[in-house]
Amino acid sequence: MSSALLERAVAHETKIGVIDCDVHHAMRSSKDLYPYLPARWREHLETYGSRRPTPFTGSSPYFKAAPALSRKDSWPRNGGPPGSDLAFLQEQLLDRYGIEAGMLHLLSPTGMDQRNQELAPVLCRAINEWQFHEWTQKDQRLKAAIVVPGEDAAAAVAEIEHWAGNRDFAQVSVVTHTIEPLGRRRYWPIYEAAAAHGLPIGLHSSGNNGYAVTAAGWSSYYVEEHHEVSMSQQALVTSLVCEGVLARYPSLKVVIVEAGLAWVPSLCWRLDRQWARMKDEVPHLTRPPSSYVREQVWFTTQPMDEPERPEDILSILEWIGWDRILFATDYPHWDFDNPETAFKAQMTEQQRRMVFRDNARAVYGLG
Amino acid sequence: MSKHVVATVSEIPPGQRKLVTVRGRSIAVFNLDGEYFGLFNRCPHQGGPMCEGILTGLIESDEPGHYKYSRKGEIIRCPWHGWEFDVRTGQSYCEPERIQVRSYPVEVAEGTRVVEGPYVAETVPVTIEEQYVVVDV
Repeated sequence: MSSALLERAVAHETKIGVIDCDVHHAMRSSKDLYPYLPARWREHLETYGSRRPTPFTGSSPYFKAAPALSRKDSWPRNGGPPGSDLAFLQEQLLDRYGIEAGMLHLLSPTGMDQRNQELAPVLCRAINEWQFHEWTQKDQRLKAAIVVPGEDAAAAVAEIEHWAGNRDFAQVSVVTHTIEPLGRRRYWPIYEAAAAHGLPIGLHSSGNNGYAVTAAGWSSYYVEEHHEVSMSQQALVTSLVCEGVLARYPSLKVVIVEAGLAWVPSLCWRLDRQWARMKDEVPHLTRPPSSYVREQVWFTTQPMDEPERPEDILSILEWIGWDRILFATDYPHWDFDNPETAFKAQMTEQQRRMVFRDNARAVYGLG
Repeated sequence: MSKHVVATVSEIPPGQRKLVTVRGRSIAVFNLDGEYFGLFNRCPHQGGPMCEGILTGLIESDEPGHYKYSRKGEIIRCPWHGWEFDVRTGQSYCEPERIQVRSYPVEVAEGTRVVEGPYVAETVPVTIEEQYVVVDV
């Protein structure tokens, strides 16, 4: 590590609004959904609970480094877990850093994991109502993602259709730990609907499918798993490309959240090379795989990669495209990136504006 | 540099800390077994409020399966990303030579000495009977 990893005194720069493409709001408890659930389902949950492909009812099979995966100073003063208190979030994040828009990613409950196939769409509707009434209507800086029961494509499409056109919802959210790789045909109607409505698909690592994140069983350490999650996102992108999702829906936009981005060039180089040799297996890919990624996929910055020579990150960002990089803090998680200090390498003023604001405005259709 | 009275000795018992602002800087004073240490409350990584983190010890290992735990309560972890710093020296655990948090000399001064000056005691009333924690900033 070099001393350049440390925050450097930043010369005064033009103050620009920041758009944060990864903010985690949270429920105080599962009861937060009750006002938005029909009585029949409230009673069902009280009696049978939530059945998901995970052995735990109140915890996660995937390790966490800190309680609630969060910064130690992000627990609201009024009790409740990090991210559950709007006023505290406004104070500690939005107001503190001049955030002009925050893209909300709800990690739990997902609705999509729900094994009861009747309950899953009901839960998603309740979640979206909760987001609308308790968050986006109360602070217009916050934009929600439409949470959908993605293992049931028809139900997911219905939920998208219900909210499409509502300016409080800027994207569609699908979990990444799915029953099949996300490029598979069972999920295509979701992409078709999202693309038709100009809504990006936001893919933040989430969900439970009962599988380990690695291809060969459960890892021992959080420090391992924290990185393996990024690898699973790479597999996801590969699936979207190779199955032809991006080719089939040319107007579909995909945002890969919190997977890092230093891997993007090397993944694309390998895909292009294999495609050059094996085009006949995937004739639906009429262009090099990298071209789909560079036109239809965006990447958030957090957690920011920190090479020994900070400038090395610039050549990676350059390759991906300065217009495809979206700043994110991941508040309130422990690996949160401070917008004032997370970027160690020098960017031009124009690059800063694109990464911190303009790219997000373009992708999400914000004012 | 000037000497600032930030607390009475009894306000910061062993194992405790006090967060103060001196000359515009947020500084935490720690008591490790009766000795006082002052650290700047801003992590050199991304500027997090370092001194609000937990105090822990050092875990060292020379091979898997063997470990040694020492210096309990003398390592501060930044509440953001968990970077560890030695409270006594301000040095980081990961790269002590190159990465450190600013530390400030702290001493205990008798009230009789403090009332004479030239100590700065803006927020802590000083009497000759007490002992005071003084930070050089």
